[in-house]
Amino acid sequence: MIHLESISKRFGEVDVLRGVDMEIARGRVTAIVGPNGSGKTTLIRMLLGLVRPDSGRIRWGEEVLNGDCRYRERVGYMPQIVRFPENLSGHELLAMITDLRDRPASDDELIRELDLEKDLGKPFRALSGGTRQKVNAAIAFRFSPELLILDEPTAGLDPVSARTLKAKVRRQRDRGRTVVITSHIMSELESLADDVAFLLDGRIRFHGSQAEVKQQTGEVELEGAVARLIRTGGAQ
Amino acid sequence: MTTTLKILKYELRDVIRSRSLLLYALFFPAATELLFRFGGSSQRALLSLASVTLLVVPLISVVLGTMHVYNAREFNELLLSQPVNRRQLFGGLYLGLALPMAIAFVVGVTVPALAHGLNGGATVVTVLLLCATGVFLTGIFTAIAFAIALRFEDRVRGMGVALLVWVGLAVVYDALVLAVANEFHAWPLERPLLVLMLLNPVDLARVTLMLNLDVSALMGYTGAVFREFFGGVMGTAVALAALSVWLAAPLFDGLHVFARKDFQGS
Repeated sequence: MIHLESISKRFGEVDVLRGVDMEIARGRVTAIVGPNGSGKTTLIRMLLGLVRPDSGRIRWGEEVLNGDCRYRERVGYMPQIVRFPENLSGHELLAMITDLRDRPASDDELIRELDLEKDLGKPFRALSGGTRQKVNAAIAFRFSPELLILDEPTAGLDPVSARTLKAKVRRQRDRGRTVVITSHIMSELESLADDVAFLLDGRIRFHGSQAEVKQQTGEVELEGAVARLIRTGGAQ
Repeated sequence: MTTTLKILKYELRDVIRSRSLLLYALFFPAATELLFRFGGSSQRALLSLASVTLLVVPLISVVLGTMHVYNAREFNELLLSQPVNRRQLFGGLYLGLALPMAIAFVVGVTVPALAHGLNGGATVVTVLLLCATGVFLTGIFTAIAFAIALRFEDRVRGMGVALLVWVGLAVVYDALVLAVANEFHAWPLERPLLVLMLLNPVDLARVTLMLNLDVSALMGYTGAVFREFFGGVMGTAVALAALSVWLAAPLFDGLHVFARKDFQGS
């Protein structure tokens, strides 16, 4: 569905991405994995238009993403951490995003399942980090986006909420939504990811289904498989 | 409703409830009240108020503007992951801070000044001009703070640079100009000094106020030159026009940086 074509990006002296080619498949959960500094964050931010490639292009179907912001109507993003405006309440924030999207929210399941309603009247300065993270999650799913981008989604969530969120991700996938996810918790990706894209030194060194990674590396668990990929530089 | 107005609506709600804006909004009525009560004539009170304004408005605008950009960094990224264009977000973000600050200043100065009664038309004009220059300084220094904070990823460095700019323009500049003038007093300096003054928004604001307050003691050397050159109305018009340029320049610069920036995250 989404094609990254020879994407390169340099920040100062550092080549963060050096010719990334990959396709993110529709209706699947793609995990982007790789060691720290491998370019995962930059890649995700490029899908969102927060970082622009020096060369190469990103296509969504036939549409080339060229700085026009409208495609983001179809994207839901859950960043690793957000500092929401301290003096706004959850309700106000949800209203703000609804205003900006210019259409009614279509999925408030997470608000119910994460038991958020009772906290939405309070200003963000009065909410715990975990509760803010739940709001963050709820926003990402609220408009039933075609593409969900989740950056370390369970960081800061309690186990129950993390479980709820993971179940939600699976349900969205089963409804044909596309999910891109990064996480340092391999067991979490193991239970979620259909596909794994392994990024090292700014290049995709491996991209295939989870079964294929395990088969290629001869490992039973995803954690072992990714560790092996990192050790061998992706070459098998 | 355009996207900028939508963002502005919520930015305003957040900023208006913040403690820093509340303190700022209380400062000017308190200062105005004190100066009118103990400053002798209302003319003198307004003069002192003008001096306070020239220092405090740029300082607080620079500090709050810089903090606003850094504090909203992650939230801006979330907003930009919605169907929101960067230019629209910049507009909402800027107005969301500059507007309430400007209103706080205008109300804070006007209400106590009117309450104490004004003697003669001259001071009504002065209060109006004080409001106008205060609004200009708020807009200009907030824009400068935005342009600086968007350039520096590191917030301590960004704040440092912004404060340096304030010290330079609001404190050091006039002293330097005076020193230069003193050094080269044998030369015809009017034109170079005039140019020097157009290059500093605080000097421009000072001149606008002092030309109309009929005091040259606090004008600074550049002000004296300016007055000689232009006289009242013409000088004011030129100064206000130059202030408009000073507002537009950092705004367009900040907008430009914001539109092209890579949001790399932390």
